[in-house]
Amino acid sequence: MLSGFFADTLQLGIAQAVISAVLALAIVYLARRNEIHLERETAVALVRGFVQIVAVGSILVLVFRGPSWTSAFVLLFMMLAAAATSARRARGISGAFVVSFYGIAGGAGIVIALMTVLGVIDPRMASLIPVGSMIIASAMNSVALALERFRSELAANVGLIEAGLALGAAPNQVVAPHVEAAVGAAMIPRIDTLRALGIVWIPGLMAGMVLAGSDPIYAAIYQFVVVAMIVAASGLSSVISTLLIRGRAFSAAEQLVI
Amino acid sequence: MSDEPEQLNSAVLRTQRLTRVVEGRTLIDEVSIEVRCGEVVAVTGPSGSGKSSLLRLLNRLDEPTGGTVYLDNRDYREIPPRELRRRLGMLLQRPFLFPGTVARNLAFGPGAHDEELAKETIAELLDSVGLPGYAERDVRRLSGGEAQRVSLARTLANRPEVLLLDEPTSALDEAAQLGVEELICRIIKSQGLTCVIVTHDRDQATRMAGRTVLLEAGRVVSR
Ligand SMILES: Nc1ncnc2c1ncn2[C@@H]1O[C@H](COP(=O)(O)OP(=O)(O)OP(=O)(O)O)[C@@H](O)[C@H]1O
Ligand SMILES: [Mg+2]
Repeated sequence: MLSGFFADTLQLGIAQAVISAVLALAIVYLARRNEIHLERETAVALVRGFVQIVAVGSILVLVFRGPSWTSAFVLLFMMLAAAATSARRARGISGAFVVSFYGIAGGAGIVIALMTVLGVIDPRMASLIPVGSMIIASAMNSVALALERFRSELAANVGLIEAGLALGAAPNQVVAPHVEAAVGAAMIPRIDTLRALGIVWIPGLMAGMVLAGSDPIYAAIYQFVVVAMIVAASGLSSVISTLLIRGRAFSAAEQLVI
Repeated sequence: MSDEPEQLNSAVLRTQRLTRVVEGRTLIDEVSIEVRCGEVVAVTGPSGSGKSSLLRLLNRLDEPTGGTVYLDNRDYREIPPRELRRRLGMLLQRPFLFPGTVARNLAFGPGAHDEELAKETIAELLDSVGLPGYAERDVRRLSGGEAQRVSLARTLANRPEVLLLDEPTSALDEAAQLGVEELICRIIKSQGLTCVIVTHDRDQATRMAGRTVLLEAGRVVSR
């Protein structure tokens, strides 16, 4: 319907963005009628998300013209930004940024590098950057979930943890169930994604590949490949970041300090 | 370690100007007390006077910002924390039992030091706290008094040299309170344990302890 009015794709895109933003704001308005106040956060997030994605699109236009090693820098930059985002989930824990960055770089970075070397990810920038960014984004979410969960587990279980310490147990032993809960909480959405793949959820990449004219079967298989890499990266990232934050939860004299 | 020799010999546990300051607030202010072998010392004082803070320092669950504690004349910062906490068994105000069975809770401390707790030992411990046959019970189905007894047995399973008790009966109703109090007294006597007991109840302090230390605003005001 819209495409009838706009000959230019840029204008079409802006019109589509306006309509989808209006939809989101309408939902916020409905929520507000029910005493759920999200308007400021949502409005800010909408504007911010739009500006960011357009900026990134423009930068990608430039980057794709550059030599292929630039993609390493682009991915590194994404990992830093991702670490800053998930670190906010662990506010109050010293070194949250470093922990998040090691988690994301260790999880997403290793998976991306390994899969590119093995040829599972096409090293050309037009493929490496979007696939890499999906893996990084998932790792970021997993790290945020893991840190958030670990922190709330500790807060809710101070008594049990200190009871364990008071019995002379090692900190790692005492928090083992909470480490497991944190990693589990971070992994469940990823595993659900894998389980619902194609049924509840036909992901963007596959849709994009089909739209761009790829063989639908290959697009489907490759989508599975991407989700499997996401599961691997998320698992590794959440384990690394949780183990690192665990180390910071206790002092040298094995006292709970969060 | 330049104190007089007679102090060095008699005290199992001795604090030297023990201090803890958190965010500019002085919770414990140069507390120097000593506890001799086999002695039961009560620590009392108004709410917020720092009784729990003092006990947590003794067990090194919190770090002193000044002064230190000597255990058998050894600065406790030289003792690995896990060993220290095992030797100074602490019973918290609320039981905080680990999910699972009573037996699992009793075996936790020894297990943390790679020791297995024999079935007979578990049975003996449960007998001594008046809960015979409770080994396989799920801790979720215990009353408050029973849970506190299990917690005591769990601490005793570590064979501590000194028992640190933080208001061990204050979370219980009156009937259970007396029961647990008597039980603790009996165990302290029969095992000849050295003990520091925190309580806001002056009567309980006189019933249980040979000597009382009064805290106010983190300072010892009488002993
Ligand atoms: N981690 C902490 N940071 C800052 N203040 C603290 C901390 N822990 C305890 N306090 C404060 O230190 C003071 C002493 O607390 P503590 O729990 O030792 O008192 P208490 O004598 O055991 O009191 P009660 O009889 O109510 O148990 C209180 O004012 C408390 O708010
Ligand atoms: Mg207290």
